[in-house]
Amino acid sequence: MEQILAGVEGFMYPNEVELQWSILIVLYPFITGLVAGAFILASLERVFNVEAVKPTYRLALLTALAFLLVAPLPLQLHLGHPERSLEMYLTPHLTSAMAMFGFVYLWYLMVVLVLEIWLDYRKEIVLMARKSTGATKLLYRVMSLGVDNISEESLRIDHKLGTFLTIVGIPSAFLLHGYVGFIFGSIKANPWWSTPLMPIVFLFSAIVSGIATVMLMYMAITVVRGGKIDMPCVDTIARYLMYAFIVDFSLEMLDLIHRVYEADESFKSLDFMVHTRLYTSQVILQIVIGTIIPIGLLAMTQLIKLTDGARKGIYSVAGCLTLIGIFSMRWNVVIGGQLFSKSFLGYTTYKMAFATKEGLLPALVLMVLPFVILWVLVKLLPPWEEEAPALSDGPGDGI
Amino acid sequence: MSEAKVDRRDFLSSGGRFLLLTSAAAAAYEHVLAGAPEKAPNYKTTEHWWAMTIDIDRCIGCGNCVRACKTENDVPIESSFFRTWVERYHVEGTEMERPEVDSPNGGYDGFREKYKAGEGSKDFFVPKLCNHCAHSPCVQVCPVGATFVSPDGVVMVDKAYCLGCRYCVLACPYGCRFIDPRTETVDKCSLCYHRITKGLTTACCETCPTGARKLGDLKNPNDPIHEFLKNHKVHVLKPQMATGAKVFYHALDGSVR
Repeated sequence: MEQILAGVEGFMYPNEVELQWSILIVLYPFITGLVAGAFILASLERVFNVEAVKPTYRLALLTALAFLLVAPLPLQLHLGHPERSLEMYLTPHLTSAMAMFGFVYLWYLMVVLVLEIWLDYRKEIVLMARKSTGATKLLYRVMSLGVDNISEESLRIDHKLGTFLTIVGIPSAFLLHGYVGFIFGSIKANPWWSTPLMPIVFLFSAIVSGIATVMLMYMAITVVRGGKIDMPCVDTIARYLMYAFIVDFSLEMLDLIHRVYEADESFKSLDFMVHTRLYTSQVILQIVIGTIIPIGLLAMTQLIKLTDGARKGIYSVAGCLTLIGIFSMRWNVVIGGQLFSKSFLGYTTYKMAFATKEGLLPALVLMVLPFVILWVLVKLLPPWEEEAPALSDGPGDGI
Repeated sequence: MSEAKVDRRDFLSSGGRFLLLTSAAAAAYEHVLAGAPEKAPNYKTTEHWWAMTIDIDRCIGCGNCVRACKTENDVPIESSFFRTWVERYHVEGTEMERPEVDSPNGGYDGFREKYKAGEGSKDFFVPKLCNHCAHSPCVQVCPVGATFVSPDGVVMVDKAYCLGCRYCVLACPYGCRFIDPRTETVDKCSLCYHRITKGLTTACCETCPTGARKLGDLKNPNDPIHEFLKNHKVHVLKPQMATGAKVFYHALDGSVR
């Protein structure tokens, strides 16, 4: 406590000195953003017929699922009484934005994502169940949910239903992440958060981070597998990334300009915070390194004719910087929103612990976990056309 | 069986002691009664609507209210947990937007003299507590309804139901909530509900030596709060938040936030 008090500058209401939402709550919008973004990239191929991004379609869906499975964990860890979290389903308080999380999450997980993946992979699952033996056979039979029909007619229905689900999925992905933005944007007590732009800024930053993740994953996995990166595919993804990023950055700048021009009662306090305690994470990491440089790099690939190797390098760097930028944005919203006093007269400091319930260690574990889940998912449901289980010699040789 | 012998000396001694104790007890009881505003053996929540008035001009920053509250409500003693606290404002000239404010240990130990009067500045104390808002943002955001407004207008927490998600702490514009580290649930001023439903006043009002803080029942037409609100110009904290705050301040300076 003395340490925290030493980090206080000016006047904070006494109960405000300690931060309420930690790095785990930073992870929550970051992870759900990746889910929504990856799904929207997947839907580009399915609904908007962007054939070029087809090689990433299944990978994007599996990435979305892997991250979505982890999304509630930071929230659960953060709760004072995680054993009571089921109450949000049983007795939800309908005026609470947070109470809707469970329903939005379940809708998205079960109705949209799992069902769409199941429909898309159903043929392979059934073939795998037929070919394999023992425990593997049992596993695939369970995954097939007892449906064995893979006739042309049946697969045609699957495809139609899948397309319909994707169409439902796009507004659902918007809902999932727009909603996360609403959790912050609807808090009138906090001027750093309270803006109707928040859900839409969250949404576009989600699309940006999801596209960047899938692009990086696709390139990395292809290289590891010794395959050849499909350049028209990554070129298209990078172009969409740039478009989404420009919209995202414009919205954030609109918010900034609006704040500077209006200069309401909170402005001096927030302005001081951005120039001091948030300078590194907001100005340097989020705006310069995480936004302007990647947009510039991506724009360069559009304006100058570069070799495949150069473009790959640029896309990798731009993708990594993008993720740093979007993570910083989440950090600046969640942590930044608690560093200043609601009296606008002072500032506190966030002291991140390491090996505690809400420390850096669990945060790192939670960031690695989706990749472990994705590895398992890719083993079970290989997203690569040429190595789909139906065509392979045996089970489990996906990647 | 031997007969008890009581001589005159014993009789006078014990009789005198009995009389003395009875009268002392009677006097003490009278004193207790005087401190209790009204007896309420059959408390009905629908017949009350609680509020508080705070007269800034009367507050001397003694910290009695803070200490009484911590003791009465078993509030953690550390300096970042308060159901009520007192702030000291120092405003120079027209520096309305930049007052100097401090609240060492929430005012628990009172305030050491820091400013000298009459140097073109003004100093005053502002006691703070939950405003028991009629349209409370904390109640609105609670995902399970563990925070609620009672029918008599008190914002309360069901600790057996609270998830400890801290959303309400962040949604309160006044900084009135904290997480009790012992229970991992949220805690806040309950307006001493256990007292006011028995006809007593809150611990902070009870111990205020100058009568700066007064509990009032807006549904009781005979409550002095009506007279106070009629005869004083009052203000609530952060009226722009439109929370329906029910802690009414008299002589609240525009620099207070």
